[in-house]
Amino acid sequence: MMSDSTTPPAPGRFRRFRESDFFYAFTRSPVAMASFAVVALLVLSSLLAPLIAPYNPFDPASLNLMNGFTAPLAPNAFTGESFLMGTDDQGRDVFSTILYGMRISLFVGFAAVLFAMVLGITLGLLSGYFGGWVETIIMRAADIQLTFPSILVAMLIFGVAKGVTPVEYRDEMAIWVLIFAIGLSDWVQFARVVRGATLVEQGKDYVAAARLIGQRPTTIMIRHILPNVLSPVLVIATISLALAIIAEATLSFLGVGAPPTQPSLGTLIRIGQGYLFSGEWWILFFPACTLLALALSVNLLGDWLRDALNPRLK
Amino acid sequence: MSEPVLSIRNLTVEIPTRHGIVNPVRNVSYDLHPGEIRGVVGESGAGKSMTGNAVIGLLDPPAHITQGEIWLKGERVDALDFEAKRRMRGREISMIFQDPLTSLNPLFTVGEQLVETIQLHLGVSASEAKKRALALLDRVSIPNPEERFNQYPHQFSGGMRQRVVIALALCSEPSVIIADEPTTALDVSVQAQVLDLIKELARERQVGVILVTHDMGVIADTTDTVTVMYAGEVVENGTTDQVLGAPTHPYTRSLISAVPRPTVKLDRFPLIEYGKREGGFKIEALAQSWPRTKTSDSGRLLEVKGVTKRFLERGSLIPSWRSYFTAVDEVSFDIHDGEVFGLVGESGSGKSTVARMIATLYPMDGGDIVFDGVPLSTMGAEGLAAYRRQIQMIFQDPFSSLNPRMKVGDIVAEPLHHHRLLPRGEVDQRVRQLLDWVGLAKDAWRKYPHEFSGGQRQRISIARALATQPRFLICDEPTSALDVSIQAQILNILKDLQEHLGLTMLFISHDLPVVRQVCDRVGVMRRGQLVEVQDTETLFTAPEHGYTRELLSLMPKLEQLDTAV
Repeated sequence: MMSDSTTPPAPGRFRRFRESDFFYAFTRSPVAMASFAVVALLVLSSLLAPLIAPYNPFDPASLNLMNGFTAPLAPNAFTGESFLMGTDDQGRDVFSTILYGMRISLFVGFAAVLFAMVLGITLGLLSGYFGGWVETIIMRAADIQLTFPSILVAMLIFGVAKGVTPVEYRDEMAIWVLIFAIGLSDWVQFARVVRGATLVEQGKDYVAAARLIGQRPTTIMIRHILPNVLSPVLVIATISLALAIIAEATLSFLGVGAPPTQPSLGTLIRIGQGYLFSGEWWILFFPACTLLALALSVNLLGDWLRDALNPRLK
Repeated sequence: MSEPVLSIRNLTVEIPTRHGIVNPVRNVSYDLHPGEIRGVVGESGAGKSMTGNAVIGLLDPPAHITQGEIWLKGERVDALDFEAKRRMRGREISMIFQDPLTSLNPLFTVGEQLVETIQLHLGVSASEAKKRALALLDRVSIPNPEERFNQYPHQFSGGMRQRVVIALALCSEPSVIIADEPTTALDVSVQAQVLDLIKELARERQVGVILVTHDMGVIADTTDTVTVMYAGEVVENGTTDQVLGAPTHPYTRSLISAVPRPTVKLDRFPLIEYGKREGGFKIEALAQSWPRTKTSDSGRLLEVKGVTKRFLERGSLIPSWRSYFTAVDEVSFDIHDGEVFGLVGESGSGKSTVARMIATLYPMDGGDIVFDGVPLSTMGAEGLAAYRRQIQMIFQDPFSSLNPRMKVGDIVAEPLHHHRLLPRGEVDQRVRQLLDWVGLAKDAWRKYPHEFSGGQRQRISIARALATQPRFLICDEPTSALDVSIQAQILNILKDLQEHLGLTMLFISHDLPVVRQVCDRVGVMRRGQLVEVQDTETLFTAPEHGYTRELLSLMPKLEQLDTAV
């Protein structure tokens, strides 16, 4: 009989993480810690928006047009109310709108990257593992898509989707169409990286050992190859997240993204730029700063992740 | 004796890590005289290469010298600044690395690289440098140096490339050459020539050579003096005859006894007992749980009948435009029940391709493989599944054969789950037993592969291979990535498997002494063809084919070692 009485208990997941080189590298990088703190702060405050925000900007009933164009921290001439970051043309509190708008930006960003990731990883694994004509078709499609700027692809998809959806569902569908459009314009780099990594991994003997016992290609791809190609994917996903947030802002800025009743950061910037030269700078300034902080810190985090996960740089 | 050209005194290297300070080199001292070849031998991680890197000032930070002195031609060099070290590195000390492909720049011709180096160090005119470069190429026995001068590194074979690297090392007329495993990446036939060249040049030019190697055969054939290192320390220092003939340190003694001999066949490999060693292989316990291995009706478990494998060299939509490279050309042999059949040959001879066709990893382009009377080509999906259950494979590289993201227990359990050999609840129990039998610690199942050494990983591979209780085991260079001491343990395990369980094996190797010790019959492959099949004894004592004779003559002779044990 075997007994485990002589062996020490296995260290828990949390302890293994605390003792890992990854965590150690994190505690040694002020940039990583700072950007992680900023991202965490922004994500948390947008998640808790209903608790933190003084107003609900998505509820038209709570808006008072008289409060329009109130400067930050200055009492409104008519109502006497005062706002941390001022109000926009419709009397929406900019601070609350940023919190709620960031929810849309982050949701669209995360969902679009997830969509691009699933699509890209699947196609990359297939083309790397099977090669031949499967690879030719997938990778040529990727090449063709890369010849169009991704924002153009997203706008095209958005335009087509808008045309085929009935008018009454358009505002509801807008967010999902955004996600689909941004995700579809972004899968190529995932597919390329995964294909490259798959080519390397499938030459290794552990894959041969799995094929030797007769495992099916899908099992080998998911169980054996996928976990070994995820590190570069994680890095790209982080950097893509920043890009997707910016893409969403760009589309909304161009007026093809989030509907005006549910403004995202991009919509706010679009509203703000109309009043920039008439003195109401705050409508543009605060959302733009938030977008900058969000995109920059996610990018820096991705940059650090790339260094930390790349064994060749150690 | 003359003044030493290089002298290392009490050298200690330190690497600070987050888990504390590591000393990969501790208190190492040795001298090198002009024209002397000093072999530095030891297991991987013994600090052999690290000492060499410290000498030329190429330690990777944060590693640094904390103690000791290095004297070069009467001048102390360890304390020089970076710039002075850089100058000394090219001029006085040259290096020859293991892989000749990466030490040459692929974008420049061989001639350009030689001329540039000569001009840099000797400051001569371009035409004078070219003259010297041609003379060097001629000296390292490159045929048609005039023509070869304008060729790129990829146009040279591995052995030729290493000759160019040697020529490059001689450019600055150095007084010391550090050769770090210079022949490990080369075939035996080429290895002997390159070593002879190094030997000649050391004598002729009075250059001191530090030859870092793990191969006792190389030490015995090439070196004048030997330094044996173990765990960062020098355990023995002396002339080659003295160290190999009458080793004084127990580690040296056991290291020498673990080297497979080409001449005598032993029952078991003597194990290295010095230092901390892994747990034993529990063959009796394993044998008790093993069902009696079935024998085939014909006595021939596996028949390979004229198999051929061609790889696509140039693809095209039009079939007649495609061109192929024939890796295996109509190879036929039989493997009898319970025997170990060896397949030897140089790299590229097609021996691994044969193994992979037997393992169904490559489809065959011709011929057939018959297992226990049933041809592979007639097996349906069920027949193939049954076939795969009865064959298993142990791979060469223990670092790539285990999935780094899976726990060891899951790796070993995988064949059991896949073939549904046991009820789910009993799998864990069996996995732990298997790991225990191959000599791993009790908590091995919950660790990941990177937590184990090369030898331990190869034991995990063996446990995975034994999980399905196969009848036939394919071993593709199972020990060539391992140290000689670990090699002895793994080979003993394989021998136990054959004797106690009656396993039939295909053993692929380029190492003839190992083949002599392990195999019952041997096939010799050359350029995709099987040139000779013989009983091991007959093959080694009376080879028939000219190529076999050539291979045998190139084996390092280890007579000196035999007097020692």
